[in-house]
Amino acid sequence: MAVLVILAAVGLAMAAAGAARMDPMQAHGFLVLLFCLGLLCVVLNDYFAPEPSAARLESYYDDPSKAGIIIAMLWAVFGMFIGDWVAWLLAFPDLTFDAAWSSFGRLRPAHTTGVIFGFGGNALIATSFHVMQRTSRARLPDQFSPWFVLLGYNLFCLLAVSGYFMGITQSKEYAEPEWYADIWLVIVWVTYMVLYLRTLARRKEPHIYVANWYYLAFILVVAILHIVNNLAVPAALGGTKSYSLFSGVQDAMTQWWYGHNAVAFFLTAGFLGMLYYYLPKRADRPIYSYRMSIIGFWGITFFYMWAGSHHLHYTALPQWVQTLGMTFSVMLLVPSWIAAANALLTLNGAWDKVRDDATLRFMMMAAIFYGLSTFEGSFMAIRSVNALSHYTDWTIGHVHAGAMGWVALITFGSIYAVVPWLWKRERMYSPALVEVHFWLALAGTLIYVFAMWNSGIIQGLMWRTYNDSGTLTYSFLDSMIAMHPYYVARAIGGLLFLIGAIVGCYNIWMTIRQPSAVLAASGDAPLPATLQPAE
Amino acid sequence: MFGTHYRIERKSIALAVAIMVVASIGGLIEIAPLFTIDDTVESDPNMRVYTPLELAGRNIYIREGCYACHSQMVRTLQDEVERYGPYSLAVESKYDHPMLWGSKRTGPDLARLGGKYSDQWHTAHLKNPRDVVPQSIMPRYNWLSESQLNTKHLGDDLRALRAVGVPYTDAMIENAPADAVAQASPDDDTASLVERYGEATQVRSFDGDRSTTSEMDALIAYLQILGKLSDAAHQAPTTKK
Repeated sequence: MAVLVILAAVGLAMAAAGAARMDPMQAHGFLVLLFCLGLLCVVLNDYFAPEPSAARLESYYDDPSKAGIIIAMLWAVFGMFIGDWVAWLLAFPDLTFDAAWSSFGRLRPAHTTGVIFGFGGNALIATSFHVMQRTSRARLPDQFSPWFVLLGYNLFCLLAVSGYFMGITQSKEYAEPEWYADIWLVIVWVTYMVLYLRTLARRKEPHIYVANWYYLAFILVVAILHIVNNLAVPAALGGTKSYSLFSGVQDAMTQWWYGHNAVAFFLTAGFLGMLYYYLPKRADRPIYSYRMSIIGFWGITFFYMWAGSHHLHYTALPQWVQTLGMTFSVMLLVPSWIAAANALLTLNGAWDKVRDDATLRFMMMAAIFYGLSTFEGSFMAIRSVNALSHYTDWTIGHVHAGAMGWVALITFGSIYAVVPWLWKRERMYSPALVEVHFWLALAGTLIYVFAMWNSGIIQGLMWRTYNDSGTLTYSFLDSMIAMHPYYVARAIGGLLFLIGAIVGCYNIWMTIRQPSAVLAASGDAPLPATLQPAE
Repeated sequence: MFGTHYRIERKSIALAVAIMVVASIGGLIEIAPLFTIDDTVESDPNMRVYTPLELAGRNIYIREGCYACHSQMVRTLQDEVERYGPYSLAVESKYDHPMLWGSKRTGPDLARLGGKYSDQWHTAHLKNPRDVVPQSIMPRYNWLSESQLNTKHLGDDLRALRAVGVPYTDAMIENAPADAVAQASPDDDTASLVERYGEATQVRSFDGDRSTTSEMDALIAYLQILGKLSDAAHQAPTTKK
């Protein structure tokens, strides 16, 4: 409660300072204040309730995971809705309100942040709490810090997304939030890291399970990336605007070192953590190869960090850095495919389950898309290929093959697996609706990705086509007009994907509301009666 | 090899430290030298800084997310040089905190946009792009002419930029709000503005409305300076130090 009061005071100070400068900081101050007051009401409501019994300490602490999954699904629908809206805007630019907040440049980061950090981040936090307790056979160390991590992280997401609508951004892609939100995220993230290490320290298993390596790498490296890339000097303490510590070519390198490794450690390592726990659990098979897990893990951790400079081929970045980035990007294919192969080989002997169980099929399809998009990524990092693909929709197609095909599918699969376990239900409310969601998501992804491959390659080729007299054949505008049908197709693909997510929300909601459920969670090994640190 | 790992994965702190060390190597080798090797950025003694009005325009460009669709980096490829002009040099974005090289061209590259179109074209285009280019898919920014530019705190912005390495003088910081208004008001006394920022400073009413300094004035002032802070890219490559 003290934390909430302090935070509310900070919010009030931000509101006052912002008001004095006529700065949008004012609105964010009030947002922080409201967030804290709302939570205070919840806390005070239970404040005089009798102390809960000590028996609760003998079971896993799953309430934060449950809340996290529900919040993740809400962000998914929000982020995908904005994404589909901007997709339609690119085909029909007047499908919008004639207002500053609704123009493409402000909606687009709301889409990326809503999906990557809102949906992906909450799903990662929720599942990491679930996985680390099970694989360590230890309860989370206390009641408060999981909630601080989950809710504090969502306050960051709210500050970020509401900021874009007001035009608060530092224009670094996927790191758009301004300095005060960045500082807040560091506080939350360090708490997350400490919580994770404390849980590991209490574990009853001598070994740390492979999923936990990935979650740990995700937490640690994202902290490093976030702090370095967001170093900035605020123009004033009462204002939102800040100026990056780096400029020009150094800033570009730092930004893409961050940008590419956000893909590596947020969108890959964290979700590989999910894959390494939920896929073998659901398939009821052990991971195919322990040694492949080790090679894959360290290969990804080492190689990825070099690859960012492939975003800057043929630019003013020194050539030697571009070459290093390209070389390591190609080598990266080895550990990536080892991880994908390890997942698919785990399914050997369980293919009948893949056929019958849409939840497991989500995970299998995710592993396939992971393999495909990492291959595509290595291919696109080659300089001569990049000359064609860079700046075009091919890149958009590539990231969405990863984001929809890999990240979202593994998340939906994991959520469908974990929801019945967490809420102690026999199964999802409707397996048929899981099936519907699967086919909507797959169809949406394929339509989207094929449309963007076509448009991107056509775009790139039109830009570089010369006619017989040695001049450029097409104007930029010609290439834009040629994109129109593909942009319509992309928006339709995105719409299917969004509908799938809404179906998923309904199914999860009905599962939670199901009255019955007597079965104990099949996924849980019993918690040892007395909790002691492992070492 | 696998035996060593068998021991590491039993110790959470050892594992955490190993992850951080292994993950740091690539970044250190690729990023740190960029700050120390002289060749990273060419030298250009004539490189000029953004005026307060141009800086305010740049901040509007950032605020509206223009970087999501327009790159500011001409690559060293023949078709790009023919379409947009000489390829971009590192020195040209030396004072850009942060850089706006971009990653996607939904619209054309803007690195050398300055001087390409008239102010009137820009005003009309920003108010409704489809009035000038019927097939354009750019959003409308018609409200920019009506919103008054907030110049009050521009001094803070210049001071913060000086803290990160842009050579703004005390006089520039002190006069920032007045200079911003003066640059869009050709009837005012602009001698001191020109003295501070150089003869090449473009002083005129950018949006055609002389009564106020609007956000439209600032944004067009910025768009008209793109690619003009330094002449280095137009000179023979031998000048590259």
